[in-house]
Amino acid sequence: MEVGLFIPCYIDQLYPQIGMASVAVLESLGVTPVYPRNQTCCGQPVFNSGCFKESEKLAKKFYTHFRGFEYVVAPSASCVHMVRHEYGNFTQNDPEFARLQSHIFELSEFITNILKVERLDGRFPHKVGFHQSCTGLRGLRLGTSSELNEKKGSKVRALLQSLDGIEIISLSRPDECCGFGGTFSIFEEAVSSFMGMDRLRDHQQAGAEIITGYDASCLMHIEGLIKRNKKNLRVMHIAEIIACAIS
Amino acid sequence: MSNHAKKAAEFLKDEERARWHDQSLWFLREKRDNASKSVPDWESLRETAHKIKRHTLANLPRYLEQFEENARARGVHVHYAFDGSEHNSIVLKILKERNVSRVVKSKSMLTEECGLNHVLQKNGIEIIDTDLGERIVQLLGEPPSHMVLPAIHRKKEEVGKLFHKYLGTEKGASDPTYLANAARAHLREIFLASEAGISGVNFAIAETGGITIVTNEGNADLGNSLPPLYIACMGIEKLLPYSRDLSVFTRLLARSATGQPISTYTSHLLGPQPGQEMHVVMVDNGRSDILKQEKFRKALFCIRCGACMNTCPVYRRSGGYSYNYVIPGPIGTVLAPHRGIKKYKSLPSACTHCGSCTDVCPVKVNLHDQILEWKAEVDVSGNLGFVKKSAMVMATIVLGNAVLLALVGNLARMIFRILPKPICNFITIWGRTRDLPDIPAKSFRKVYNERVMNEADHG
Repeated sequence: MEVGLFIPCYIDQLYPQIGMASVAVLESLGVTPVYPRNQTCCGQPVFNSGCFKESEKLAKKFYTHFRGFEYVVAPSASCVHMVRHEYGNFTQNDPEFARLQSHIFELSEFITNILKVERLDGRFPHKVGFHQSCTGLRGLRLGTSSELNEKKGSKVRALLQSLDGIEIISLSRPDECCGFGGTFSIFEEAVSSFMGMDRLRDHQQAGAEIITGYDASCLMHIEGLIKRNKKNLRVMHIAEIIACAIS
Repeated sequence: MSNHAKKAAEFLKDEERARWHDQSLWFLREKRDNASKSVPDWESLRETAHKIKRHTLANLPRYLEQFEENARARGVHVHYAFDGSEHNSIVLKILKERNVSRVVKSKSMLTEECGLNHVLQKNGIEIIDTDLGERIVQLLGEPPSHMVLPAIHRKKEEVGKLFHKYLGTEKGASDPTYLANAARAHLREIFLASEAGISGVNFAIAETGGITIVTNEGNADLGNSLPPLYIACMGIEKLLPYSRDLSVFTRLLARSATGQPISTYTSHLLGPQPGQEMHVVMVDNGRSDILKQEKFRKALFCIRCGACMNTCPVYRRSGGYSYNYVIPGPIGTVLAPHRGIKKYKSLPSACTHCGSCTDVCPVKVNLHDQILEWKAEVDVSGNLGFVKKSAMVMATIVLGNAVLLALVGNLARMIFRILPKPICNFITIWGRTRDLPDIPAKSFRKVYNERVMNEADHG
């Protein structure tokens, strides 16, 4: 199976290893990722700042780069959410555009929901804190948010749990926002950092060695706080954990 | 820095208080979680409540007239007010005509919205808030900082000091039960001497012409039954078609607000007490305009439970006053800009779009989607600000072109790799509290292309 590989702009520029880990994970599952060379950004940072018109330009570019793929996969829940749920503003009832919206998946979502892989053969003997990024959790519904009275659980969590030796620690606030929030992290820097420190403390108290998640942007925020405050933890994107475990 | 960001940073300076504020409200969120999970059909209740509100607001004129007719038949005087100032004039006129000099009031967000207290005081009428939290902020001369917990920003020690000064409690006493008892004794005398009572309304029933008031302290019941004159003030969106609808809303309200299965008092008033005069003032104050706007309409479904505030990670860490509007938090953020987008332009940005408010809302108001819509309105109305707007336009140009992105990206990464880390942190806002990531020498596209070329060479 061939899939279009979308590597969001900031992962391209700042976290190439997450992109390469995604390639490795897909290949190990028999999927051939194809990387359209002229891809850039889904438009989320601009859209979430309220600049809908500007983001429409980026959305249309995104469409030209990824139309025609059976599936598009990206290691970022928030970017996938942008395409799936917000592009509706720009599509003007174009059925092919709508098809792209319903055929783009976050990496771990693609593994569990499309490839139907529920268990991974790999070993990762670490205590891991699972940060359920908000757009993944409440936008893509990759798990059941703590507000809802539903018992669906999280397939992604179960996928991680299937790794040999892994221990996913329990948090006192299982899905509170880390405070990144795109440009919120800059324009509301004080609240953003305060929120991030609270999350960090929760993971730390639960004994996590590594904080993981499906959004590198939240992890970048948490990592920045870890380093500044010299905490004895590190972050790894979920693709990096899986790539490391199965290699 | 934006208005909200500035006030939030101020709030966070007292880290201990901020943490306590966050934890107190999170405690309520957890109580709400437990209470909502004890109801197996919670999610379908939310959906039903949403549909009842949608139906009612779609047929509002009919239900308003029906309510009016039925309430009048029960001996209630019904008034309509176009805006806050008309509402205040109506209440003032009723009180003046009956020579009332002292009024007891129980919690009403609507009278806060209209600024009733101020108008009555200016006209020589003493108005006393009788909910414990409301009384605390009134004595402090502050507005409420939360819809359900108006004094949540104040600690018991501060209340102890305040009560020592005004109610003569022991110096240094801060036991909540002791203080509450002192407030009760103080208020009881006021109730007995009051000439009129004012309260808000939780639900008004078109079918019966009755109103329902949900409280924990019983003060509303004293206020609406002891004095010879009682005035209920409500927004026109408080209407429900049938009594049976209450079976949906009362199950949702107390659980969402405080995690209680039901509040201590749920009072159904079907007309005045014998010998009493009762008025209902129904206020529009911009609600019809909101109703006309499809993308913002659902904000009128709100039943003022405060759950969105308790769950909002930003509200918990910035306090009610940072919103600078009578209603703070997520629901305040979607209501305030209707009163002037320029004045409240910083509120939509005080949101991470975590979506917790939307998931917690008992009537399924699409709060975080509306906040995003307001961000777009801020941009379209030219209120985004030069710096932010320019940054977004520039970003769109760079992000819209792969060659330019690679070029700018390479250059920026090179600069940040050469500069010493403390300087990198110093020159960015990000770096004030967070380290920048370790900047890689090569971008993903470079690494990936090299691999593809390598494979081609060896393949």
